[in-house]
Amino acid sequence: MTVTITTAGRLPGAGGPEGTYDVTVVGAGVVGAAIARELARYRLRTALVEASDDIGNGTSKANTAILHTGFDAVPGSLEARLVREGRGLLAAYAEETGIPVERTGALLVAWDTDQLAVLPELLAKAERNGYDAARLIGADELRAREPHLGPGALGALEIPDESVICPWTTPLAFATQAVRAGVHLHLNCRVTDIGSAPHGHTVRTSRGPLRTRYLVNAAGLYADEIDRLLGHDVFTVTPRRGQLIVFDKLARDLVRHILLPVPTSAGKGVLVAPTVFGNVLLGPTSEDLDDRTATGSTADGLDLLREQGRRIMPALVDEEVTAVYAGLRAATGQEDYRIQDHPGRRYVAVGGIRSTGLTASMAIAVHVTALLAGTGLELGPPHGLPPITMPNLGEAVPRPYRRADLIARDPAYGTLVCHCEYVTLGEIRDALDSTVPPQSLDGLRRRTRARGGRCQGFHCGAAVRALFEEARP
Amino acid sequence: MTGSGRTERTVDVLIVGAGPAGLAAGAELAAAGAGRVEILERDQEAGGIPRHCRHGGFGGRLTRGGTSGPAYARQSVAAAVRAGADLRTGVGVTGWAGPLTVETTGPTGLEQITAKAVVLATGARERPRSARLIPGSRPPGVYTTGELQQAVHRYGQRIGTRAVVVGDEPVAHAAVAALRAAGVRIVAMVTDQPAAPVRVRRSVPLLTGATVTGIEGRTRLTGVTLRRTDGRTTTLHCDTVVLTGDFVPDHELARRAGIVLDSGTRGPAHDAAYRTSRPGVFAAGNLLHAVEPAGVAADEGRAVAVSVLHRLAGTDEPAGEGRPLVADAPLRWIAPNVTGPDAATRPAGDRFVLRTARRLALPLLVVSQGRRELHRQRLLLPAVPGRPLHLAAGWLDRVDPEGPAVHISAS
Repeated sequence: MTVTITTAGRLPGAGGPEGTYDVTVVGAGVVGAAIARELARYRLRTALVEASDDIGNGTSKANTAILHTGFDAVPGSLEARLVREGRGLLAAYAEETGIPVERTGALLVAWDTDQLAVLPELLAKAERNGYDAARLIGADELRAREPHLGPGALGALEIPDESVICPWTTPLAFATQAVRAGVHLHLNCRVTDIGSAPHGHTVRTSRGPLRTRYLVNAAGLYADEIDRLLGHDVFTVTPRRGQLIVFDKLARDLVRHILLPVPTSAGKGVLVAPTVFGNVLLGPTSEDLDDRTATGSTADGLDLLREQGRRIMPALVDEEVTAVYAGLRAATGQEDYRIQDHPGRRYVAVGGIRSTGLTASMAIAVHVTALLAGTGLELGPPHGLPPITMPNLGEAVPRPYRRADLIARDPAYGTLVCHCEYVTLGEIRDALDSTVPPQSLDGLRRRTRARGGRCQGFHCGAAVRALFEEARP
Repeated sequence: MTGSGRTERTVDVLIVGAGPAGLAAGAELAAAGAGRVEILERDQEAGGIPRHCRHGGFGGRLTRGGTSGPAYARQSVAAAVRAGADLRTGVGVTGWAGPLTVETTGPTGLEQITAKAVVLATGARERPRSARLIPGSRPPGVYTTGELQQAVHRYGQRIGTRAVVVGDEPVAHAAVAALRAAGVRIVAMVTDQPAAPVRVRRSVPLLTGATVTGIEGRTRLTGVTLRRTDGRTTTLHCDTVVLTGDFVPDHELARRAGIVLDSGTRGPAHDAAYRTSRPGVFAAGNLLHAVEPAGVAADEGRAVAVSVLHRLAGTDEPAGEGRPLVADAPLRWIAPNVTGPDAATRPAGDRFVLRTARRLALPLLVVSQGRRELHRQRLLLPAVPGRPLHLAAGWLDRVDPEGPAVHISAS
């Protein structure tokens, strides 16, 4: 197995025709990584290029981490189909590779009579979307199912198959499997210009030029800019910021389901959801911005979340806050994905992948691969991908610190480094030595949870940094 | 072995945490012949927070003038081991398997340890940026004092060039010292507290009445924004921010046991015998009051040992009889915060420790139970946020054990 991951210097093999890629995917978020993995099934030279220093480093790392059923999608839309198909694909893939998933179910909670009146419509919509396990529950059952809910909840729509998933392990699994199957991953590689000719594209990047016969644009927040480099002016990405608060693990017992708001004309509202790491999420805000780098939180945003959280679950906001983050969703002003093939240009644009993108990622990848074939790419017969097992970051199954068998084999799995998250030396060592290793402490955190807990490094921060710097001087 | 591959063991006393409180308790109990006394420390090295504090002043009463943190930690460890306590480092307690049974993880495997008495001495931490809800971007370069001290003194890591220190409690001065040791220039110390009436000569500019409203910078930290009490906003340019103080108890194990917490301290509610709401589970040190100096924590370790010995001998009072002690605003908390167990038992140092939310000039402390006043006491020094104030314990024998909660007010 030859793995090609580059992080600096001129891109390899950019010179002659032998250096030409068959397909280049721009953007290594969850969608780009899924597409690269799907292409890795075929005898193709595929490149995955990413502007930042890690995969899954934009919108993919900062979302609500829900594996949706698609019950509330717009019936008949591309998004509805890809979410429905993607959910099945990703659930099976997670099972196979060890990506943490917890099927908590969701309750869409009505807080006033107007919202209560909308629930039957949402039930009918779920059925139109091919999801028939949803049902209405009354105030008493709701109270029994969620005893810590604030006063005034009138009823709910239950969606038993809504689940939470690890947003960090998912793109990492895709990228790991892709590069092990021969896909080249180029990090710190920002696309600056694209020159197109009938036989293919010359992609100019911050690390020099790259030639490719086919091009896939999965650049997320920058998908419209890449599209314009190719002469299209079809859509504009408006970053929609979502700020989220992550509460301490000691809050986890307060909440049993994903608690969704009833969507109103004022927006989708704020949810409360468990995470696979055993925390509780509150968010997101929904703010339309111009700045595609504005991933900061604001005092107003956090105040709003705490105010809404206090209504949904008063005890929650009394718990300590472990993390605050903000992600930008790639809104395009259209309530659907914008996936467009350009046969004459050997190009597929994957735009407007909204918050459902994590769920739909594998179905998007299948869809995009079929579109590429339609534009003339000869795929040939698919072959199997090398099986992978991802490190378990979730609480649903025992993590290494609870595994006597692992510790007996290697005492490093019994050597705790990050005490808040119970991360062991063995896991940190494995991540630093993994196929797609972290390039930063944040990357290490997303692969292990180290220094991601309630103390945020007060106890272990310097020790974790020392391990990282020792491995990657 | 249990089904999950855990080795089952029993000890007489299990102490969780080998900082000043846990080590002192272990030394005292082992010396008193309490049987097998085991101290568990999740870190690879025992000694607790003082290990990372290069400044002097530790253990003043024992060493005449004090010693450095690392030396104090070494002495505390040596004393516990010499007394016969079994000190095990690199063993983390991960949860409970019974009222007095814990589960542990260490390099030698998983264990389930049952004790006749458990002492929680898990200490405290500074609240990090997220818990303080400081908005803005998330570049690297934001530290707590705890992380900074380890980064500088233990690992010699590169910090930055220009730092802003948030807070002006003693721990903030420890942060300044660590920054200086790392060659970092200190731009300013900032505090949301008003200026003290008496001006103190300082080597670092102090901005009072300033609240941190944001962190700036994308890949690198570029500045911190402040709002002053008069509404003005300022940006201080820096590449490092150290958030000091704002300690909270590391109370996870206590909470996982369902032990009642005090709403003021957020640590286990406890009486003068350092008993928690769970019979047989005791607590000592900064888990109870975040935070007091190491010497106070060690005093409590010695005091809790006496109560544990009573428990082992069967001469202790029944638990759960005490009345709550409530600190009324502007007081933030009091510790111990439950009365009892009897008229004879007094807290370590024969006094209670309290905190105030705002500065009080020579406050009058009044202790009352219902309409009955139990005690009044004028303090001879101003009470300042972040610093301890003390209340004598002599009134404890006047508490009506059947009466309502006892309130402590300040004016």
